[in-house]
Amino acid sequence: MTTRAAIDVAELPDHAFGPRGLIWWGTVGFMVIEGSMFVIAIVVYFYLRLKVHQWPPSLPDPFIGIATANLALVLLSCIPNMLAKRAAERYDAPGARLWLAVLTVIGVVNLVLRGLEYTQLNCRWGDNAYASITWVLLSMHTIHVATDVVDSAVLLALVSLQPVTNRRFVDLSENSLYWYFIVAWWIPIYLIIFLAPRWL
Amino acid sequence: MTDEALHRQLADTWYNPAGLVGRLSIVDHKVIARRYIVTAFTFFSIAGVLAALMRLQLAFPDNHFLTADQYNQFFTVHGTAMMFLFAVPVMEAMGVYLVPIMIGTRAIAFPRLNAYSYYVYLFGGVMLFTALFVNSGPDVGWFSYVPLAGPDFGPGKRPDFWAQLITFTEVAGLAVAVELAATILKTRAPGMTVSRIPLFVWAMLVMAFMVIFAMPSVVLSSTFLLLDRLVGTQFYNPAEGGDALLWQHLFWFFGHPEVYIIFVPALGMVSSIIATFTGRPIFGYPAMVSSLVATGFIGFGLWVHHMFATGLPQLGLTYFTAASMIISIPSGVQIFCWIVSLWRGQPRYATPLLFVLGFVAIFVLGGLTGVTLASTPFDLQVHDTYYVVAHFHYVLLGGAVFPLIGGVYFWFPKMTGRMLDERLGKWNFWIFFIGFNTTFFPQHLLGLHGMPRRVYTYPASSGWGTLNLISTAGAMLLAMGGLLLLFNVLRSVRRGAVAPADPWGGEGLEWTVPSPPPAYNFLHVPVVEGRSGNWDRRGNEAPPVVTGIKADCREVLITTVTAAEADHKTIYPDPSIWPFLCSVVTSAFFIGSIFTPWALPVAIPPLAITLIGWFWPKRSDRSTQCDLANNRLEPLRGEA
Amino acid sequence: MNQSALDPHGPVARTILDLGWVLFSVTVVVYVLVLAGLAWALLRQRRESDRTPAADRRFTSIVAALTGVTTLTLVGLVAVSEVSGRALAVPHAIRPVAVDVVGHQWWWEFRYRDENDPSKLVTSPNELHIPVGVPIVMRAMSQDVIHSFWVPNLTGKRDLIPGQVTTTWMQADTAGIYRGQCAEFCGPSHAKMAFLVVAEPVDKFQSWIQHQREPAGVPTTAPAAQGRDLFLSRQCTLCHAIQGTPAGARLGPDLTHVGSRMTIAAGTLANERDPLDAWVENAPSIKPGVRMPPHMLESSEREAVVAYLRSLQ
Repeated sequence: MTTRAAIDVAELPDHAFGPRGLIWWGTVGFMVIEGSMFVIAIVVYFYLRLKVHQWPPSLPDPFIGIATANLALVLLSCIPNMLAKRAAERYDAPGARLWLAVLTVIGVVNLVLRGLEYTQLNCRWGDNAYASITWVLLSMHTIHVATDVVDSAVLLALVSLQPVTNRRFVDLSENSLYWYFIVAWWIPIYLIIFLAPRWL
Repeated sequence: MTDEALHRQLADTWYNPAGLVGRLSIVDHKVIARRYIVTAFTFFSIAGVLAALMRLQLAFPDNHFLTADQYNQFFTVHGTAMMFLFAVPVMEAMGVYLVPIMIGTRAIAFPRLNAYSYYVYLFGGVMLFTALFVNSGPDVGWFSYVPLAGPDFGPGKRPDFWAQLITFTEVAGLAVAVELAATILKTRAPGMTVSRIPLFVWAMLVMAFMVIFAMPSVVLSSTFLLLDRLVGTQFYNPAEGGDALLWQHLFWFFGHPEVYIIFVPALGMVSSIIATFTGRPIFGYPAMVSSLVATGFIGFGLWVHHMFATGLPQLGLTYFTAASMIISIPSGVQIFCWIVSLWRGQPRYATPLLFVLGFVAIFVLGGLTGVTLASTPFDLQVHDTYYVVAHFHYVLLGGAVFPLIGGVYFWFPKMTGRMLDERLGKWNFWIFFIGFNTTFFPQHLLGLHGMPRRVYTYPASSGWGTLNLISTAGAMLLAMGGLLLLFNVLRSVRRGAVAPADPWGGEGLEWTVPSPPPAYNFLHVPVVEGRSGNWDRRGNEAPPVVTGIKADCREVLITTVTAAEADHKTIYPDPSIWPFLCSVVTSAFFIGSIFTPWALPVAIPPLAITLIGWFWPKRSDRSTQCDLANNRLEPLRGEA
Repeated sequence: MNQSALDPHGPVARTILDLGWVLFSVTVVVYVLVLAGLAWALLRQRRESDRTPAADRRFTSIVAALTGVTTLTLVGLVAVSEVSGRALAVPHAIRPVAVDVVGHQWWWEFRYRDENDPSKLVTSPNELHIPVGVPIVMRAMSQDVIHSFWVPNLTGKRDLIPGQVTTTWMQADTAGIYRGQCAEFCGPSHAKMAFLVVAEPVDKFQSWIQHQREPAGVPTTAPAAQGRDLFLSRQCTLCHAIQGTPAGARLGPDLTHVGSRMTIAAGTLANERDPLDAWVENAPSIKPGVRMPPHMLESSEREAVVAYLRSLQ
């Protein structure tokens, strides 16, 4: 079959950051899915609130000390996250490794504190519907934190043990994007689980 | 390089491994899609047998062919399997097969995820039918209302198998949706601007977005149910602040879009078939695209029409009545445009077009009974009766299965390299058409005469016997139609006429590649200049193509979202056994967690290992070597 | 036709059927027009003028016009539906009769409350007597799973949902016996959860209610007396109440006037000696999942108990 060479792409780059690249779209796709789940879970929280007179029903409010400290730490983690993302986007492998390592360590601390947050809820998941949605909402987020921390650790190992290709720099950048997603949802979930019972 | 040499190199690069481990490592979208389609039709057949058995039980009043328990398991598994294991997966699978070829690319985005999703889907289906065969099949209906499905009234594990099946199929479905969306938005051939995207591909894009926004709701609701049953949460327990209606809201917020998720791809198939068999592009492309998108959006605003009898406030109900009627407008626009297309084209009555005409006759009737159901007062008489059963079979079989079978006849040559028998096809159509109407039309009357849904028997004094007998006779005819299709497929796969690249004079790019296509789809990635990838080439001696894509790497061209300008290239992953291994661990975890919450901590280490195996670059993988070779750290285009 | 929405015997069902005819007519007209359009499109003679831009513009106008007509039709149907819905509001002119409908797996408990005197509560399982020409306002609730109250000759459905109270109403304009059936899948015997609505003149209804308030009659025959003694000494009293005897359990249907009802087992069996005997002997074989244990009595004991129950008019 004869064909006519109309466009030549040999000189095009072999990778791209952000929405130009395919990985970004996959990541954002999953963020939309997980985000939809958070939105629905939050709607369920308020739906259940409307079903009873007192909130929490027959239970004390959660303690906010550890959760607030954890939130502060996670907001601070945006700085190393931003530095990690920038390092990746300027192909700075040592810089990316450093800040990713810092981020991973902070993530582990976040996880430990998150474990303690469960003890501050002052309820057990089976006590009533409020307790159930509180535990599940928190756990949905915890699963994301845990998978991202493990993800970051593996990525850190990968960029430490193998040559850092262009593709890997894109992965590093998208990893930081996902951490921003986790931080962004941390805020409303903290507000709803730890502060809303005092306000509603 | 000659075409022959190029073919050899591309075939070598994009190879599909052989052997047991090899075949479980394949990431070719066409192979995965064919597996999906075959598996989905297998589940369809089993679910169809269940329906035939149910119809035999209902043929006579006070019948004892099935026990109540068998009947209740059968109607539940029939509905569950049809909706979750057949309808959505087969539509997604047609997209997985056709979309990359229709848009001029070599593969689907995230190919390993695609393989993983198939195995997860397969294991979920096997779990459900195994549960049924050991008399532990779910028995509370395909939408599993609480409290009947909850811990107090559903002892044993029957509803848990249902709820976990949801998890399996939603994981698979969501994964494919993300792949399709990314593929369609970022990997179209250069020149395929947004206004040149084929209508089938538009339909798949709308479906993918609907899946992404709808499925989370059912994932949550079924998880809440599993938690209520397994660890004692109180989501649906009114005694502890929970709510039985919460289930219905969460389920139907997903459940209504679900039927459009099934229906919208079929609309894409209808467009492809009508265009080809009238010889002209579909009339009214902008209206057609807007209708697909509008259907997708409006579909999210209807769900309460499943709950008109629950005593919700009147003002809300009025809104849902209006919305449920309004959604027929975009569908109407499509029907009008198709009729115009048939009007101004030259119809050729091949089997695919017959099934499309059957679709119009059946779906429009179903849509109209849907409009009647949207009216709250009228719904209060026919809700939960055989009127509704008739309605949804008209819209689902008419609106989705008829186009699908037309699509099977249409694309079977492309997928297998053989033609299905045309004469058998015509018999197939008429037997289905007559069988379908005989089965389901009487059910409208049964509902109006007071026969509720989900009754394993009815008394002779009801007077429902005659209509039920007619309906059963129709079901037997339908079953024969199914067998005929199966026979046609099995015979044609081996002895059908060999199919050329373009047996029908088809409109799109898929008809420019061999039947079946090689693993790499296109010898040369095309440059698109119009909406009809195949017809636009007519009279063109040397169609324009892209050069500069590596043939010794799985290199894929990434283009911009709206204008489809060539932007950069990326390397797709090699075949790998890790997605399969990960699916085994995932499935074991899902099934284990039906029985114990300890399944979660136990599953985490193997899940982590298989995921790391999946993503960790292997030195022996060609894609790893290609990545390393690319490591030139050149600046991005547009920068200094 | 019994249990048919096409045979209304009350204002609610009649309004709905009238609405149904409007919907049906529109449906038929639209369907015929669409199929006619399709047939015309397929069968017509093809012309060269079909392929001009002018033809395309004409088609665009036609599709736009058809879309407009569709939209207007649907808006009209929404309006018609709304109007019918308004007409279904509870009438205030006549003082209604209040009934509580309580759903159980797999029987119906109908309770007539007297606002002034709680001791005048009447409970009637599976048979709902109502006066003709009077609105019956119902509060519906469930003791276990979701059920749905539906008697097509008189009214549309209302779900019975545990944890909340739903309301509905109906009215019979002609005397008669109307069969209703549970319309929300509620477990193995969902198919066998029916009930009868007995619409009768007001005075007959009043005397029925009056009679229902009375405790059970004392047995006058020896077998019935023996049956009562057996009833009170065996497992029966664990679930069933008979007013005027020590039996007061509320798990199963109240049997105080069971002999006076037309059916037993929620409309499943005729209320005659042999079906009643079969029911007492092995209820789960007739209604799967029913919690009344089988084989509780010897054959002669059962005969006596059946005689007693039939004497409870």
